Amino acid sequence: MRVYPEVTHTDPGTLKLKDFQSDQDVRWCPGCGDYSILANVQRAMPGLGIPKENFVFVSGIGCSSRFPYYMNTYGMHTIHGRAPAVATGIKSARPDLSVWVITGDGDALSIGGNHFLHVLRRNVDIKYMLFNNRIYGLTKGQYSPTSEVGKKTKSSPLGSIDYPIDPVSMALGAGATFVARTVDVDAQGFQKVLASAAEHKGTAFIEIYQNCNIFNDGAFVQIQDKKSRPSHALMLEHGKPMRFGEKNEKGIVLDSQGQPQVVHVGDGADSVSEDKLLIHDETSDTLPFVISRMRPPNFPTPLGVIRKVKAESYDAMLNAQVASQASKRKSVQELLNSGETWRVG
Amino acid sequence: MQAAPQAPETVESVVIRFAGDSGDGMQLTGTQFTETSALAGNDLATFPDFPAEIRAPAGSLAGVSGFQVHISSNEVFTPGDEPDVLVAMNPAALKANLRDLKKGGTLILDTDQFNDKNLTRVGYASNPLEDGSLSNYHVHKVDISGITIKSIEELGLGQRAAVRCKNFFALGLVYWMYNRTLDHTLGWIDAKFPGKPEVADANRRALKAGYHYGETVEVFAHTYSVAQAEIEPGVYKNMSGNEALALGLMAAAELSGLDLFLGSYPITPASDILHALSRHKHMGVRTFQAEDEIAAAAAAVGAAFAGSLAVTTTSGPGMLLKAETINLALMMELPLLIIDVQRGGPSTGLPTKTEQSDLLMAMYGRNGESPIPIIAPRSPGDCFYAAVEAARIALESMTPVILLSDGYIANGAEPWKIPDMSKIAPIAVKFHTDPSTFKPYARNEFLGRPWAIPGTPGLEHRIGGLEKENVSGNVSYTPENHDFMSRLRAEKVQKVADRYQPSELYGDASGDLLVLGWGGTFGAIRAGVKTAREAGLKVSQLHLRNMNPLPNDLGDILKQFKRVLVPELNLGQLSQIVRARYLVDAKPYTKMQGKPFKEIEIFHAIKAVLEVN
Repeated sequence: MRVYPEVTHTDPGTLKLKDFQSDQDVRWCPGCGDYSILANVQRAMPGLGIPKENFVFVSGIGCSSRFPYYMNTYGMHTIHGRAPAVATGIKSARPDLSVWVITGDGDALSIGGNHFLHVLRRNVDIKYMLFNNRIYGLTKGQYSPTSEVGKKTKSSPLGSIDYPIDPVSMALGAGATFVARTVDVDAQGFQKVLASAAEHKGTAFIEIYQNCNIFNDGAFVQIQDKKSRPSHALMLEHGKPMRFGEKNEKGIVLDSQGQPQVVHVGDGADSVSEDKLLIHDETSDTLPFVISRMRPPNFPTPLGVIRKVKAESYDAMLNAQVASQASKRKSVQELLNSGETWRVG
Repeated sequence: MQAAPQAPETVESVVIRFAGDSGDGMQLTGTQFTETSALAGNDLATFPDFPAEIRAPAGSLAGVSGFQVHISSNEVFTPGDEPDVLVAMNPAALKANLRDLKKGGTLILDTDQFNDKNLTRVGYASNPLEDGSLSNYHVHKVDISGITIKSIEELGLGQRAAVRCKNFFALGLVYWMYNRTLDHTLGWIDAKFPGKPEVADANRRALKAGYHYGETVEVFAHTYSVAQAEIEPGVYKNMSGNEALALGLMAAAELSGLDLFLGSYPITPASDILHALSRHKHMGVRTFQAEDEIAAAAAAVGAAFAGSLAVTTTSGPGMLLKAETINLALMMELPLLIIDVQRGGPSTGLPTKTEQSDLLMAMYGRNGESPIPIIAPRSPGDCFYAAVEAARIALESMTPVILLSDGYIANGAEPWKIPDMSKIAPIAVKFHTDPSTFKPYARNEFLGRPWAIPGTPGLEHRIGGLEKENVSGNVSYTPENHDFMSRLRAEKVQKVADRYQPSELYGDASGDLLVLGWGGTFGAIRAGVKTAREAGLKVSQLHLRNMNPLPNDLGDILKQFKRVLVPELNLGQLSQIVRARYLVDAKPYTKMQGKPFKEIEIFHAIKAVLEVN
């Protein structure tokens, strides 16, 4: 006889932002980008239509991984790099739960690289937020797998000789069904991405550029600053031409070799008309890869939903397999008695 | 010419080893002989011995696969020290196994395979069939391949398909020698090849050809019979350790009312537990084949938080990788079963061979003070009860529990009396639901904490690997709290011993020698002690199942004996613990050959320590 409690769920319509704030003091450094991310997530929670008790936040190790302590939901602060695996277990056992993984560039891409790859490949129905500050913060400032070549840190006094990894390219390579990128302080862009991720059934991977004001200050200043953002960020919208610039005067086209190019949009001799611009298609198999390779200084930083396609999730398929066999369930005694047996005495 | 049938000679027990190339189907042959003997009422034990390579080059020593079965009209404790009969399907099988064969034992050899190429390949300078080197044995030279091919010639299957049936010829011949019927195997063939009538027919013909060969050829006129054993009445089935573990886990899920979740990564010799549970989706079992050992354990920890009976299965190298995750479960105080089917180590070691060398790793192989209950089943069938007990402790005390099986009992099989589930006490699990009384790290009578699963309104809480404050479960770095919690976790595990049944001694309560063993060596030690007692020695046996915490009465029992001998398949791990804990001069008796103890080895070790001849 199953022993799971019968519960009456709280009405999600009554939830407010403060319901998601825990009683723990937030211990990130003053000025850390994590504060903006926490506020953005807490703000989005009440609107998702999910009872508060059904949220589980799972993290690994690092500054970002303190996140679950500050959410008044179920939470697990696990071990370095393994949060996606823990989350896979939770969601596989309990598909009724809304499972969110919080991780950082070291946690997800260095020590936890294998789990990053496989949770995306399996398309487990979780939200997966990677706070990328391109530095190790909790261990006090070593270069990370997303740090740029030449970066001088405590462990690379002559400059880092590691080539960085691009989380979005890597996620796409793993077959991620939802990939987005946003910036800690861009509340509007963040909420759009979260809303789109929330309705996605499958692994929703969001890379969040996050400023570490202690060890890597200003890493993303050009796209954090509202004034410079239009010139340096390409705000992607499904079905819309790719345009950016201070006066929205620039755009992206594909040249005859299929390579993206930045062009001036307009009617002049050196300009390209809007109807020639690349149109963003979240569902394309190849375009997201092209987008993932666009980066400064030659390109603006693409932000928003990069890929979003439908595919059945691992947990849904697992539980469907279990459900499909349920009518054949036996007692363990029947199981023991089956097969080749013989009687003695 | 038909040989005149003689009455079979009755023998008490016999040990037979089938050996051949790993493609020759020796495991199947051995299993069929085992099942037929079980149906005939013998007590028995088996030991499959196969190479780490899936298909080593045909005819090579590395590719030899063996299956040993010990059948008896008396109680059987082990698969037998040395075979009475060796069936060797090629020169490699002969070379790899001859040294184990009893002096004067019986050899059945496939002459067809003793050609120059095969002999040279394994380093025979001359043909042992002809050079007199086998004169100390009863040698039966049979053209097994040739006769098999002839017997199915008219089916037109081609030579390669025909050669694949030769193991059934050998099986048929051994059935004749030991007066067994073909019924069980004929039924098995029918069930195995329903859509391939010609393959079924070929196997049937080969089996019967072997049997009739024995009947017809005079040298086999002398046959043997092993009578029924006196066995506790009941319904039995043949049970391997890994299968029993899978069944025990499902039984624990039923007894506790929980859903079973397995996170696992394939590893020899534990993979069969993953296979068995994967086949049981209809029992509500969810299995997750993870990307690595760490993810397998981590997913299980997640499932435990979510309210499943969570299990991860592995062998030594995987245990190392899981260590950090096991400690997370310990700190989070979540129930988690970790099953380590021990194999030869260190490193990749001897993947398909048995050893008991993970005990100290299970006890101490994690950072910090990390007490975890450890249970070690003693036989294949005992794995079922060990799994239920491990789950009971994990759920009562909210703790990870390690179960130490080993390659020997995992792959070995024995006739197993089917348990009556109604006689096994349910495992009481009560999820916390009341927000007004909820403290995440409050304590029950076993010092376990409440289990509050996601989805329960008002019990939202956070747990993690950082040190926790007792009762509130908040992160705490205060020195006094860490000291308190370290002692509390130790006490929680120590209290498990209060729930044990009193230890059961085999033999007298005091004497000259106590033989103290643990886990899969039970059978050999029991047989060795029995022989010693029959020889008049004042020897008793205590076989430990609960390795951590050790039984509360162990210290007193040790004091009742003048000497203590600890046989182990390692270099003395339990003996170290016993010496440290009880200040007793426990003598290790150790072996590191990837093989189980022989009964005779234990007997000799007993005599040596007692200084008798």
